[in-house]
Amino acid sequence: MSAGQTAKASPDRTGSWYEASARTRVRLLLDPGSFEEFIGPEQREISPHLKVFGLPEQFDDGIVVGRGLLDGAPVFVAAQEGRFMGGAFGEVHGAKLTGLLRAARDLKSISVLLLLDTGGVRLQEANAGELAIAEIMRAVIEARTAGVKVVGLIGGRSGCYGGGGLIAGCCSALAVSEQGRIAVSGPEVIETNRGVEEFDSRDRALVWRTMGGKHRRLLGGAELFSDDTVQGFRDAALDLLGSVADFGLDTLKAEQARLEDRLQRFGACPDAIDIWTAEGIADAASVPALPADQFIALADQVRRTSRDAR
Amino acid sequence: MTLADILTSLFPGGHDVRNDDGVLSGSGALRSGGRALVVGIADRTAVGIDEAIRLSRYVLDSIASGSGPILVIVDSDSQRMSKRDELLGLNEFLAHLAKCLIYADIHGRPAIGILYGHSAAGGFLATALATRVLVGLPGADPVVMDLPSMSKVTKLSIDILEEKAKSTPVFAPGLQNLAQTGAVHLTWDEATPLADQLEALLDDLPDARDRRDALGKERGGRLKAADIAERVHGLALQTR
Repeated sequence: MSAGQTAKASPDRTGSWYEASARTRVRLLLDPGSFEEFIGPEQREISPHLKVFGLPEQFDDGIVVGRGLLDGAPVFVAAQEGRFMGGAFGEVHGAKLTGLLRAARDLKSISVLLLLDTGGVRLQEANAGELAIAEIMRAVIEARTAGVKVVGLIGGRSGCYGGGGLIAGCCSALAVSEQGRIAVSGPEVIETNRGVEEFDSRDRALVWRTMGGKHRRLLGGAELFSDDTVQGFRDAALDLLGSVADFGLDTLKAEQARLEDRLQRFGACPDAIDIWTAEGIADAASVPALPADQFIALADQVRRTSRDAR
Repeated sequence: MTLADILTSLFPGGHDVRNDDGVLSGSGALRSGGRALVVGIADRTAVGIDEAIRLSRYVLDSIASGSGPILVIVDSDSQRMSKRDELLGLNEFLAHLAKCLIYADIHGRPAIGILYGHSAAGGFLATALATRVLVGLPGADPVVMDLPSMSKVTKLSIDILEEKAKSTPVFAPGLQNLAQTGAVHLTWDEATPLADQLEALLDDLPDARDRRDALGKERGGRLKAADIAERVHGLALQTR
């Protein structure tokens, strides 16, 4: 299926976001045929650091950045490929996103969609990756200060971990699917440092309910929950672009109040199920098994996430 | 230098900085007049939700009522690695702290990081790396990730990682390696009063534009980042 054949027809957006590659997500998310890439794989801008470790490079260094149209409106898009080096931020990978965000800051009028799918810093080029994340965080804040909306879409294989979780926290708003785990320390890192009694990384149910999309939505860490389809994320992106507030000192004060309130209400809860129960969900233990539509209805009932406190 | 020595050397005119369980807050008198807000993390304390929310509160209160630079003084662990911190959304708390510092920096309250001990990973991103200028003191020892965790994630043995660290600056821990990438702008000299060096920095402070990638290129530690970012920036600006 080439872009040419599908340029006029409405694309099939019913497929899984989780299973799709970064390029497929971008192509299907945007209006058909509208995407134009900056520094595409044909330019072979690879990581200069992976060969030291005998690791294969990828011609796009695991990220696709460019512009396109979303429901007719121009947007900048960046999509990480979670299947290459776990979507991790290296020097080239990160610099592409930094450049895109700085352009959005200077143009002031074009929104940015971040399709995050990452384990965090690419450790083989750790210093460059860490600093790339610091630069991206700053560029997101500069862009938002200039009036740009930066919306994160999270539902990929690698989740959104490490510095990726901090970038997500800098966005104007987030949409997340059940698979879209958001955290700083990954389960294995907590277990390595603190022991299996603190966190059993092989307990998948524990991982999902502590870091997964449903918990983030119920906690207020993500504004919208999406079904695991391209259409779901497209609808969520349009909703968020239409509803997020401006960024300023009042936003930061509201976020401070939001997070202080969370600590006060849930700071002593030992598990996500206790938090959901405290939120007023009668049968909290049933939440992990709920289908997306029922979960969204439940979440909308118990928590209307504010869109001006992030 | 101990924290007490550093504060005395920075503020010979006096300071009221407190260390509450590793969280620093207070202010110090600048030689040029006015005061600097001081926040930070001491005693190699991990940056968890409880620490981050207090620091962001200090910064926000100071934006509302104060003026002058913000010093972020850091000897921290990484982010606090625990079930509770992740359960309650550590990523939001750390991002919020970074946002407050960066917002303040852009809006007339220049943020200056002073790294005098350890720092790592998310704890580093939310504090020292969320500033305009990061100063290293001799003996500072930043790392991106501790070797046992790195070994777990990369599936490489600690022996191999230690060997690679000796030959590969872009991967290896330490102040010098991070300075080469552009993360640390300058290193101060302990033999000269820190107040002199702070005043010199404040007198000649760069504007709020992030030039760490250009610095990394100049120093040969990050050769591609600045050019790639600039090329994407240029292509994207052609959008109208």
